[in-house]
Amino acid sequence: MPNLSTRWLKKSPWVYHVGTGGCNNCDIEILDCLTPRFDVERFGIKLVVSPRHADVLLVSGPVAYHIKPRLQEVYKQVPKPCVVACIGACACSMGIFKDAYSVAGPVDKVIKEIDPNAIFVYVPGCPPKPETMIMALVKALQKI
Amino acid sequence: MENLVLYLLAFLVFPGFLFTSTFGLVVSWIDRKVSARIQWRVGPPFFQPFYDLFKLWQKELIIPRSAKGMAFIIAPFIGLAATSLLASIIGIINLNPEYQFVGDVIVIVYLMMIPPLAIIWGGFSSGNPLAALGANREIKLMMGYELPFILAVVTVFFKVGSISLGEIIQYQQVHGALLNHPSMLVAFAVSLLWLQAKLGEIPFDISEAECEIMEGPFIEYSGPLLGVYKVMMAMLHVVCPWFLISIFWGGTSMQGWGILWSVLKFVFIIVLVIIIKNTNPRVRIDQAVKFFWGWVTLLALIAMVLMFLGY
Repeated sequence: MPNLSTRWLKKSPWVYHVGTGGCNNCDIEILDCLTPRFDVERFGIKLVVSPRHADVLLVSGPVAYHIKPRLQEVYKQVPKPCVVACIGACACSMGIFKDAYSVAGPVDKVIKEIDPNAIFVYVPGCPPKPETMIMALVKALQKI
Repeated sequence: MENLVLYLLAFLVFPGFLFTSTFGLVVSWIDRKVSARIQWRVGPPFFQPFYDLFKLWQKELIIPRSAKGMAFIIAPFIGLAATSLLASIIGIINLNPEYQFVGDVIVIVYLMMIPPLAIIWGGFSSGNPLAALGANREIKLMMGYELPFILAVVTVFFKVGSISLGEIIQYQQVHGALLNHPSMLVAFAVSLLWLQAKLGEIPFDISEAECEIMEGPFIEYSGPLLGVYKVMMAMLHVVCPWFLISIFWGGTSMQGWGILWSVLKFVFIIVLVIIIKNTNPRVRIDQAVKFFWGWVTLLALIAMVLMFLGY
């Protein structure tokens, strides 16, 4: 990780959503964070549409073989410092897809292949609650 | 020599870069907060746009291999410089209407085309197909909205009988705001539509459509350069309404209650833009160009005819 100050990153983490073969359940919960009930914009969290603008990658789903190079490419496109948030049981530990023939591995293993120093935050649950995701992001940003 | 220092101060500090960018970031907070309230949310804290900017400043700057390096880097700065210059010209003439030069409105209208041109240049040079698509749409949109706007400005020229901003403001100080005339009201409506497209707000945010072509020209920009674009857009949110207030609504004044009145005019225009933005869907580029060359140009012509009939 480049030696840059991360003082303001805590105040405005912009998130980019990557789906890596999940069942869409976590994706719907991620969208819930943006609704009036949870309103993550209170904390400066904003959903952006280009990985070049992102500070946090929200990855949901076990990493299928065909999406593995794409996920690595997206990770390379994000300007550092950045955080990878593994949303849901599948992204954290492959969940029910463990030992499946079509799955390349959990998100952290796939990303550590190209950047061993990447920062991860794990949000288990199937799907995790929106409150859990917000709390995980806040904790992760306190750490870096 | 002293003049040069004053000009530099005007460009960099008071009506120019520093003042306008700070004010512009506050305006972008108003934008986000009002949008959030309309959507029944709480919205970001007051300093959020500043946090975003400081954060972008600390991020890594990535220049894609496909980008044409120099153009990719200098395009945002050209846009920023043009916007600062605009702010300083409009600001100085508003402070002191005597301080003018012939044809300064024409210079202002020309300078206002440079920020979209900078976006187009940056988009094309980034080497991304979606950015090229967005830049392409920006060109078409610009061709669309400039025609009715220039007709509206020409209407003002004929009404006042002058092509300098200082004289237009002085005329309004003597005769009351131009908005009191029905013809000017129509021209002002045309200009509000122009404003919506110029600021890239929602019915006309075709060039940076987020969920369609992913912010278009900005897609490859990251870190500090993206921050420069954000500041430029924030400054445009100040400069364009300020210009409209100057030519239609009596200008701004810096004395006593005039300050409050000026800010209220400004907030009125900005909140109108935000409400239009939050209650409309995005149009397609062909619809936008047809709209501007058809109905809006017709409206501008009606304003001109009304003005010649003496209304």
